[in-house]
Amino acid sequence: MSVLVRVDDRLVHGQVVVGWGRAMRLRRIVLVDDAISASDWEQELYRMGVPEGMEIVFTSVTGAADGFAGWDADGDRTLVLVGDVGTLVRLSAVASVTRVNLGGIHQAEGRRERLPYVFLSDAEAAQLEVLAARGVSITAQAVPTTAPAPLAEVLR
Amino acid sequence: MNEPLRGVVVSHADLARAFVDAVERITGRSDGLVAVSNEGCSREALEARVADAVGDAPAVVFVDLPSGSCLQASAHYLQTHDNVAVVAGVNLAMLVDFLYHRDASPRDAAERASSTAQRTVRVLTR
Repeated sequence: MSVLVRVDDRLVHGQVVVGWGRAMRLRRIVLVDDAISASDWEQELYRMGVPEGMEIVFTSVTGAADGFAGWDADGDRTLVLVGDVGTLVRLSAVASVTRVNLGGIHQAEGRRERLPYVFLSDAEAAQLEVLAARGVSITAQAVPTTAPAPLAEVLR
Repeated sequence: MNEPLRGVVVSHADLARAFVDAVERITGRSDGLVAVSNEGCSREALEARVADAVGDAPAVVFVDLPSGSCLQASAHYLQTHDNVAVVAGVNLAMLVDFLYHRDASPRDAAERASSTAQRTVRVLTR
């Protein structure tokens, strides 16, 4: 199965490490974020949230282009994390993203509620629709024990 | 005498509010502690809530888990504020003790809270 890319502005937190980590038996989280990949102290902060036996990789969007094929090949046990739709779009431009999980995009100026844990501006919604039109499977799902909501339903 | 410390409890869901309520039930005091929930917040929004709760006072920020969004937001806030210390792994015993020792520096109060928690976690068996 191709690797799942999760959009979650809380990045490495309980839902990811415990909820998805246990359900997928994750052995690797790839955090794609230009600022964090350049900050040792932030990496240390996020590393504290990763349990023993699970690896975390920090990379910029540019760096992810090189590693993505390898993570895709290990898609059953790897989760790629990005913090916002803009980063997802940039990642999709340099890597073969095929599965996207909207996991947590919270309220901010210009956004409106689509689900209790998904707030999107019209521009972000349009960007996701473009990706979906290219064949990317996009659903919203906070944790694996809840039903995934297809993008069309989220944007309805 | 130092300005009394403010305690800010940061948690998932309603846990922080419950901690603050429980401390008030035990001590009869409602001053000195403020609850912050991460409900509905991005990391940046939660950091703003922590900043509002701390205000201008020196403070100890008590976080529920030693990882995750509450710690990340609090640690980001700590990066730019000298009058704050963060303790992860809050428990009720450390909060009750904190309420009676708010005249310390943030660092000393945080160290005391950590020691209190370690001293008060007990295992009982038959």
